[in-house]
Amino acid sequence: MPAISFQNVGKTYTGARGAVHALDDVSFDIQPGEFFGLLGPNGAGKTTLISILAGLARATHGRVSVLGHDVVADYAAARRSLGIVPQELVFDPFFTVREALRIQGGYFGVRDNDAWIDELLANLGLADKANANMRQLSGGMKRRVLVAQALVHRPPVIVLDEPTAGVDVELRQTLWQFIARLNKEGHTVLLTTHYLEEAEALCSRLAMLKQGRVVALDRTSALLAGTASTMLRFKMDQALPASLVAQSRVTGRIVQITAHDAAEVEQILGVLRQAGCQPEDLEIGRADLEDVFLEIMSGASAPMALEAAR
Amino acid sequence: MSAVPAPTTATGPLAGTRTLLYKEVLRFWKVSFQTVAAPVLTAVLYLMIFGHVLEDHVKVHGVSYTSFLIPGLVMMSVLQNAFANSSSSLIQSKITGNLVFLLVAPLSHWAWFLAYVGASVVRGCVVGCGVLLVTAWFAPLHLANIGWVLAFAVMGAAMMGALGLVAGLWAEKFDQIAAFQNFIVMPMTFLSGVFYSVHSLPPLAYTISRLNPFFYMIDGFRHGFFGVSDVDPWTSLAVVATTLAIVCALCLRLLRIGYKIRH
Repeated sequence: MPAISFQNVGKTYTGARGAVHALDDVSFDIQPGEFFGLLGPNGAGKTTLISILAGLARATHGRVSVLGHDVVADYAAARRSLGIVPQELVFDPFFTVREALRIQGGYFGVRDNDAWIDELLANLGLADKANANMRQLSGGMKRRVLVAQALVHRPPVIVLDEPTAGVDVELRQTLWQFIARLNKEGHTVLLTTHYLEEAEALCSRLAMLKQGRVVALDRTSALLAGTASTMLRFKMDQALPASLVAQSRVTGRIVQITAHDAAEVEQILGVLRQAGCQPEDLEIGRADLEDVFLEIMSGASAPMALEAAR
Repeated sequence: MSAVPAPTTATGPLAGTRTLLYKEVLRFWKVSFQTVAAPVLTAVLYLMIFGHVLEDHVKVHGVSYTSFLIPGLVMMSVLQNAFANSSSSLIQSKITGNLVFLLVAPLSHWAWFLAYVGASVVRGCVVGCGVLLVTAWFAPLHLANIGWVLAFAVMGAAMMGALGLVAGLWAEKFDQIAAFQNFIVMPMTFLSGVFYSVHSLPPLAYTISRLNPFFYMIDGFRHGFFGVSDVDPWTSLAVVATTLAIVCALCLRLLRIGYKIRH
């Protein structure tokens, strides 16, 4: 039984400007114990998909289940299995950290939970803030409390919606060490993030969403191997030859060009030579997830990535 | 981590209700200066001003004006604060975004309803007791039947707590709640006979007052103190119970469909 199952999920918002299709027939499963990444540009539908999973929004059609429990028909069991870290930095200003955690556990019917709360506080570096009011905490500390609140009822499936957005390096390290440990102990993790190096380092499998559709779904290693695997990087003051513009990414003086093999690298260098270009600090390296992501989002290899998923 | 023993976990449709009720009570209690002391002061000011001006001129149901005024002010405070509790809590959570903590929890619509309405009843009754304790110094007050007093206080507060929940679900901004309070709740409480007997009104105003469910709440509550009222307390009880049932049914329906909270 999958930990999370999305089957033909669609979501249409109807507003004054007409209907907007936020999700279009999204289907994939996440297996128990997986560390799964959900990637996509802003507005791709990641948060909508997670909102449907969490019960914050309702799908227009399709079915979502958590450990076999339908998120609508059997919402109580589904929600008890889920721990959601929301994207927005929200908190209840009336309570201390410990009160907030006790209350959140209580909503899930959990009582006498102080031993686990203490463990969460210690693991997230919050032990000395247990009796501080939520209003007194810094943004990073509030983010840690959000993670603790999501885990307070010990859910088997953990969903993190961009948990490290705007967060310092120390918290990222603390958070990922803790989440990786939970994953090793058998918890399923679904992560959405804009930090692709995080997804590459942590997630064994990935789905990429674009305009509400799944455009890639595969093991991270297969996605990295399946697309253009070589990256040519250099600095240059001249304009790029027109024939290379389409496959290049230019940031100021820095130019990055993807290539599938050594012959293509030679061909690119030949074009640059013929055009009289003088590249500086030339490097040839492996493509990373960011390159794969940009390639898929530009539409170049979406069919291939999905093919690999089948 | 795994060494920590598993805690006790309750399931079932009302699991979590106790915690949500506790949280809602703790929320207003932490700011009790604003949520309890302030409305008690307001009621005392009403009593001092109206009582001072009218004490020597008006007698109602055979009792002094100040004595007559006290139960009305107590009930008005109960109703307004019960409404304020659920409506302000919900709109604050919606606007600050922390409603998500409830939305992701396995709380049934009954759990939401019982907790929010229960906390409104608690706040209404705490403020009502505060007003009664302070204002009782100003005039002698006889308690004819505590059963009527408790029945109307609890049912009235529950009705206003449920109405506050409906307003909180509907509203998207603080000013919409303020409008609900200023243009519906305030006029209906002020025109319900808190400050006068409806028998002293002209025929049209009297007829309109008889259509106001708040009138029956205050009249029935007052009956518990003086043993006399403008209408029979059983009639008032029937009107209040019917209004309570209608508002609760609407509230439960909106909670069940996640009106304006689940998109």
